[in-house]
Amino acid sequence: MSTTHGAATPTDEGHSAHQGDHHEGAGHGSFKSYMTGFVLSVILTAIPFWLVMSNVLGKSSLTALAIMALAAIQIVVHMIYFLHMNTKSEGGWIMLAFMFTIVVVVITLSGSLWVMYHLNTNMMPSHLPDMRVRP
Amino acid sequence: MFSGHSLQQILFGRLTLEAIPYHDPILVVTFIGVAIGGLVVLGAITWLGAWGYLWREWFTSIDHKKIGIMYMILGIVMLLRGFADALLMRAQQSVAFGANEGFLPPHHYDQIFTAHGVIMIFFVAMPLVTGFMNYVVPLQIGARDVSFPFLNNFSFWMTASGAILVMMSLFVGEFARTGWLAYPPLSGPAYSPGVGVDYYLWALQIAGVGTTLSGINLVATIVKMRAPGMTMMKIPVFTWTALCTNVLIVATFPVLAATLALLTLDRYVGTNFFSNDLGGNAMMYVNLIWIWGHPEVYILILPAFGIFSEVVSTFSGKRLFGYTSMVYATVCITILSYLVWLHHFFTMGSGASVNSFFGITTMIISIPTGAKIFNWLFTMYRGRIRFELPMMWTIAFMLTFVIGGMTGVLLAVPPADFILHNSLFLVAHFHNVIIGGVVFGMFAGIAYWFPKAFGFKLDPFWGKCSFWFWVIGFYFAFMPLYVLGLMGVTRRLNRFEDPSLQIWFLLAAFGAILIALGIACFLIQIVVSIRDRERLRDTTGDPWGGRTLEWSTSSPPPNYNFAFTPVIHDHDAWYDMKRRGYERPLTGFRPIHMPHNTWAGIVLAGLAMVCGFALIWYIWWLAALSFAAIIATTIAHTFNYDRDYHIPAEEVVRAEEERTRLLGRA
Repeated sequence: MSTTHGAATPTDEGHSAHQGDHHEGAGHGSFKSYMTGFVLSVILTAIPFWLVMSNVLGKSSLTALAIMALAAIQIVVHMIYFLHMNTKSEGGWIMLAFMFTIVVVVITLSGSLWVMYHLNTNMMPSHLPDMRVRP
Repeated sequence: MFSGHSLQQILFGRLTLEAIPYHDPILVVTFIGVAIGGLVVLGAITWLGAWGYLWREWFTSIDHKKIGIMYMILGIVMLLRGFADALLMRAQQSVAFGANEGFLPPHHYDQIFTAHGVIMIFFVAMPLVTGFMNYVVPLQIGARDVSFPFLNNFSFWMTASGAILVMMSLFVGEFARTGWLAYPPLSGPAYSPGVGVDYYLWALQIAGVGTTLSGINLVATIVKMRAPGMTMMKIPVFTWTALCTNVLIVATFPVLAATLALLTLDRYVGTNFFSNDLGGNAMMYVNLIWIWGHPEVYILILPAFGIFSEVVSTFSGKRLFGYTSMVYATVCITILSYLVWLHHFFTMGSGASVNSFFGITTMIISIPTGAKIFNWLFTMYRGRIRFELPMMWTIAFMLTFVIGGMTGVLLAVPPADFILHNSLFLVAHFHNVIIGGVVFGMFAGIAYWFPKAFGFKLDPFWGKCSFWFWVIGFYFAFMPLYVLGLMGVTRRLNRFEDPSLQIWFLLAAFGAILIALGIACFLIQIVVSIRDRERLRDTTGDPWGGRTLEWSTSSPPPNYNFAFTPVIHDHDAWYDMKRRGYERPLTGFRPIHMPHNTWAGIVLAGLAMVCGFALIWYIWWLAALSFAAIIATTIAHTFNYDRDYHIPAEEVVRAEEERTRLLGRA
């Protein structure tokens, strides 16, 4: 990475000196951390299969929620063990970008669900409710 | 899709001779005009033997300054096309009353208003904004180029490819007849079976790749390549707005790409994401596209705010009032712009609770914007104001934008929106903020930075003509639409019953003619300035008494921007250097490490354009071939190790001595 970086960008002493003061670079994993991540991912993937195939929780909505939760945990596992994200890499910029992403994704998803739920209840002819109880 | 395998269909897909609109006199005349104009330009280039020069110095260039200038040229050329559409619409609406059908049948009129919107937003405003950011940001932060110079070239050509696809739809086939956001089900396969929406989809996807990559590039540049000493709160305001804009681009353009991809699947492989069958929901498209669409308007306006901030402080001879509050206002707007998208579809039926939430967030966003207006006013207060062209645009902006902002807050009230939704009041509002904000900002920026880019000022006389025609023309063109909107006239109509409305449309058409004169004066201004360039020459590199770093280099700046990377102590870095008696270093130059030009950007983007064209016309073999060629070229380019070179110290010395000589004379 560092060689191509040097080739692709016009850097000089001034820049590299400047980058040095807050440039920690992204972290690198060890064999152990990769294995930990791999095993955790396998477990977190196996559990949903088990939940669905042996119908442990009984209700499909409950199963769906459990799978979503496990998926969210797995995203965090990937970020820590495979993407080597922590609060210090790249002088905190990665964490900042990550938090911004989370904010935007949460706004987009929860907002869309909220908006579409209301649109569905109000506007879809198949489940038009009693007009007096419109939200 | 594969029914009836005649050879012609295999070779040309659904492209037949009927797709060429030779039976439409308006288009034939346009085509003849464009063809003659194109031949003259191409002939002139060939006659001057300039192809090699253009290829070496411009098309393959990865210099951020040249790419910035190419973005600006693209934006201005497309402005002419988009404005021609506007003139056609104004002409049609001012004559088509009662029995008079006008000269544009609905199917043609619908293409024109769609093309007008798409072109003005994606291929005029976006290239102009990106052009400014490309040109100015590295200079303002004391860098020699952007973080990924090749990617920059590729981004530009992808944008240009999208623009060429849209232009092609004028003469080969048709464009979408759906309005600029192509809402399904109208844009679905059932109601728009032709190639129009496909042109729309692929042009935007290809241009969108360019925009997203350029966003990533500029974010990386601003975060990683600032000169030493330039902490976040010492970044010039224009670069701050560029940072926020590019963060918005990176966060929202993928949403646009995904939404358009889902619509593409609906159209090409028969999925039902946005149809009314099988669980599809067209309302989801509207929701998703506005999650991109609202931040998009802030992508356009934030850099314009940055330009005004630079202009106001330079031409008032004062530090910007409330730099910190300006930065926080920009960041607030960035975040808030994600929380307002539903105000574009209050009337779709989300109910009172959802509508009031989004109405209130929309009103809140006017607070940081208002804070900015006050900051500019307080910067001018007791300043030594010079009414040069950029400052005139800025003052026109402040007056015009405040009116647009107030009608925007009016539209943010859901009950009022129920009456004004899709009316000409809305059309007047968004033209009020986009012309009064973005377009005026672009002209302010062009007048302000033109001497930096080319080494001579723009002629003030023709600039002032352009200014007055534009500003007066704007008010004539759009104030009548507010009135019509309040009377209940809806948008996108090509004929009216009520003859009493005609006077307002005639006024609006008169305004459009004034704006046409404004554009003509702008073009004359460029030509006259090039002719009189010796008279307008600036040898200092700092013609306005500037305050930020870009004015510390020569005009035009050398390839490498800065022989030595400056050290920053203040957000008005150049003003600070001048104040402390900065001496330009005259010795000790060293070779400078720079990236090499590359052919890969223009070739890849050209292949992407061919691929898009083939997909639009169902020419599957060509689509597959060009896609394979894109992959092959990308892989081949990774083996190109000749990526960089050093500008020898002697050349740097020569350039810097030339500058010393000019400074001595000045």
